[in-house]
Formats: sequence, structure tokens, C-alpha cells
Amino acid sequence: MQSIQKHEAPDSSVPSLDIDPFSDDFLTNPYPHHERMREAGELVWLESYGIWASARHNAVRAGLNDWENFISSAGVGLANFRTEKPFRPPSLILEADPPQHTRSRTVLARILSPRAMQQVRETFQQQAEILIDKLVDQGDIDAVKDLSEVFPLKVFPDAVGLTESNRENLLLYGNMVFNAFGPRNHIFLEAVERYEPVREWIMNRCRREELRPGGFGDQIYQAADAGEISYEEAPMLVRSFLSAGVDTTVNGIGNALFSLASHPEQYAKLVARPDLARPAFEEGLRFESAVQTFFRTVHRSVEFCGLPMRENDKVLFFLGAANRDPRQWKDPDVFDIERKPVGHMAFGSGIHGCVGQAVARLEGELILSALARRVKKIEFTGEPARRLNNTLRAFDSLPMRLIPH
Amino acid sequence: MATIKYIDPAGKETVLSVSAGTSVMQAAVNHGLSGIVGECGGSAMCATCHVYVDEHDLAKFDPPGAPEREMLECTTAPLRDNSRLGCQLAVREGDMITVRLPESQQ
Repeated sequence: MQSIQKHEAPDSSVPSLDIDPFSDDFLTNPYPHHERMREAGELVWLESYGIWASARHNAVRAGLNDWENFISSAGVGLANFRTEKPFRPPSLILEADPPQHTRSRTVLARILSPRAMQQVRETFQQQAEILIDKLVDQGDIDAVKDLSEVFPLKVFPDAVGLTESNRENLLLYGNMVFNAFGPRNHIFLEAVERYEPVREWIMNRCRREELRPGGFGDQIYQAADAGEISYEEAPMLVRSFLSAGVDTTVNGIGNALFSLASHPEQYAKLVARPDLARPAFEEGLRFESAVQTFFRTVHRSVEFCGLPMRENDKVLFFLGAANRDPRQWKDPDVFDIERKPVGHMAFGSGIHGCVGQAVARLEGELILSALARRVKKIEFTGEPARRLNNTLRAFDSLPMRLIPH
Repeated sequence: MATIKYIDPAGKETVLSVSAGTSVMQAAVNHGLSGIVGECGGSAMCATCHVYVDEHDLAKFDPPGAPEREMLECTTAPLRDNSRLGCQLAVREGDMITVRLPESQQ
């Protein structure tokens, strides 16, 4: 066993664990580790990185809603921007506090509002049906490469207003960004290596002349025209669409398909009632949360969950563990598409709660309902293969057979 | 404790006794009341916990902030002067509140 530097807890009363939440072992199957952290306390210390961790639902929710004590402007990854240089220019919404955050969020929330979703719904639905029809003809598919990557890469960049070519670059970008919230481990370094060649392509996509007039991206520039944000901020906010809008929904959909294929009786319920598509996607997010974790930084020394946290400490909130906390959920390890898991943490909570959640729900609902209407059964034809990511719960491939009605 | 009375479009009343600090959305969801969805869990992101607050009770809450006003534009049922998002309405100790539920939330 490799010896690692051990960081002592600040106080002997603090439950201290030797868990490394970014090891291959943890990321492959986090659930036993989640349970160990939840049972150790509301707030625990992880010696591997010298960070706090919170895995219970009540503590995760309380921490994420306390944006004044647990700030985002010092980074929502392991790095502390107060003492370390950020890996990339910080996001104006994710890695920001009010008032900057409020300004960015107001613009993005309007562009991605439920009302805006009503306007794109029909187009998204047509695309879902076209894709499922094609996959039914194909029969044997990889539900990642042929479905969960394809659908979000079609509808979301279309709505943002990107051209068709080279969109798969967005997957490399998202993969890198979400890995960068962890340590500089082998998973991160490999992701950076794959991303480097497309860096310039990504940044160029954020320019106004590259974006279809009227699309989500162009609407950000319209907000700059109206003086709500500056012209320097506009491309940075388009960048947020590109980093946060694809790999998240790709895995939300992939994880839902994995859960449904692993629970044929739940898929049968969905087939009998395709109107369960939306709650089924929601339960998929609870059961296998696409975004597993986010960090915050302690603004000033504070007591939280009865423990003393020091200024500049980092704290890791486990969304995926909160979503399986038996204190919050009855039978948390049971996947039940009729559960209606209101209050799950998969989109975060509070002022930084996912601003694109209406888009994510729309995509998830439409693809699952299109699938249920055409396909009687989904069966694995091979072993699911994981793609390890420091933040995301992701698959590399999900070999499946679609058996039509 | 506080008391919230929900009246659905058919006139059916449900009275819940909840602890101070609970939101009108959360109380309804915890109780399994079908007229409130609360999809986003209380982040003022989905407009599916739309309620009409009784005129006498409106002043008991702080006026809606910018995110709520923005989201109220997105409700499926008609917007009225007493429209609020239930997730933004936390009750205080001793409150007795009456809200009416809209015809639809999604």
C-alpha cells in the first residue's frame, strides 16, 4: 500500500476517516464509503486531503443553503482559489458569490426557465422520437454512445445555437471540467490530455458570431446589449452552458437507463404508464446521482453540526450520499419510479441549485417516454463499463438490446 | 407550531399542523397532497408549487423576491395578485394560513 500524507483533524472530538473519495475504488462503488461517512457523523474529517465531508441529507442541505458561510468564489473543487491559482478563469456563476452570482444567475435562469422549456419542448420531443425510432431499428445498442450521449448533444447545442460539427468535443470539455474539481490524480491528468487539443475550439464557440441568433447563447449576448451583464461576461456565461449542459444530462440519462435495465419490473411500470417518465428520471437522479459532489470553502471560522470549522477549510458535500440517507428516505437503496423524491440533492440546493434543471428534466422525461412508447423491454447484452470521473457518476458503455412492442 | 389550510379547486380542505419554518410547499409534499408538485425541492426553479394565498394572509409573508417573481411568470395556471410559490412561504410560530391550489401545476 502506497503511503500517503495524513492530515490530522483540527480537534480530537471530530470523527476522522481514512477514506479517499477520489480513489478508483471509491469512485467505482461509492456506496459503502458513503454509508461509513454517514454513520460516522453529520460532519466528518477526511485525513486523505485534510478536508471536511458531509454525507447526511440534513447536513448537505443545510450546508448548501448557507452560502454566506460556505462560499463558492474560492472554488467548488478541492483547490482553494484564495491560496491557489484557479485551473481556469473561474465561472461567473458556479464559482461566484452574490452579487456577481446573482447577476449571472438572473440572466441564465430566465433563458432556461420553465416557460422557455415550453417553447423548445416540441422540438426536443421530435428529436427524441427520431432517435428512438432509429435505435429500435438497430436493436442492439450501446446506450451511452448511441443514446445518452447522442440525445443531449443534439438538442441542447441546437437550443444554445451551435453548429452541428465537432460537438463531441463538448464531452471532452465537460469530462475535464468535472474532473478538475478533484485532485490532480491520474483520472484528471488523462482528461486534461484528451481535452487540450479541443480547448481553442471550445473557447471559439462562445463568441457571438458563432451562435445562432435567438438561441440560448445569443440570448446571453442580448442580456449584455440590455446592460444586465457586461460584454466581457457574456462569453464566460456561454462557456457555462457548454461545460455544465452536456456531460451532466448525458450521465443523468445514462444512469436512468442503467437503473431501469437493472430493474425490469420498474421498466415494465414505465411501459404501462409512460406518464411516469418524469418521476422515473427524477428517481434515477436520486438513486444514481450524475453529479456526486461539490466543495465549498469556509468563509470565516464557524461552528457547523457542532464542530469547529476554520476559515479557508474546504468541505465536500456528497449529493449522492444525501440521496441515499435512510434518515431522509424510506428504503433508500430501492429504485422505485413512483417514489416522487422531492428534496433530493442531485441538482444541489439553495442559490447554486442547478440553473439548467428544467432542461435536464425535459430531456430526461422526453427520452424515457419515447423509449417506453416504442420499446417493451430493455436487456443488458454485456457488462456495463464505468468511466471514472472525480465528480460525475458515469458510464463508458451500456450494451443493451431494445425489444420493441 | 403553525396551521396551514389548503383548499383544492374542488373545494376540498386539508388542514396541516406544521412546525415553524416549514414552507407551504414542503408541508404539502411531506403530507402527500397532490395539488402541489414542488419538483425542484424549493429552489424557486420550477413554478410547480404555485398557490393563491388568502387575501388576509398575504401580508404575513415578505413580498416575493426577484427569483420568485421571475418564476411566477412561468406558472401554468393563471397568475393573480395573490399568487405565490409555496416553497418561498415559510410559516412562523402561531401562523394560521389559508392557501388555494390552482387547477394545474405542470
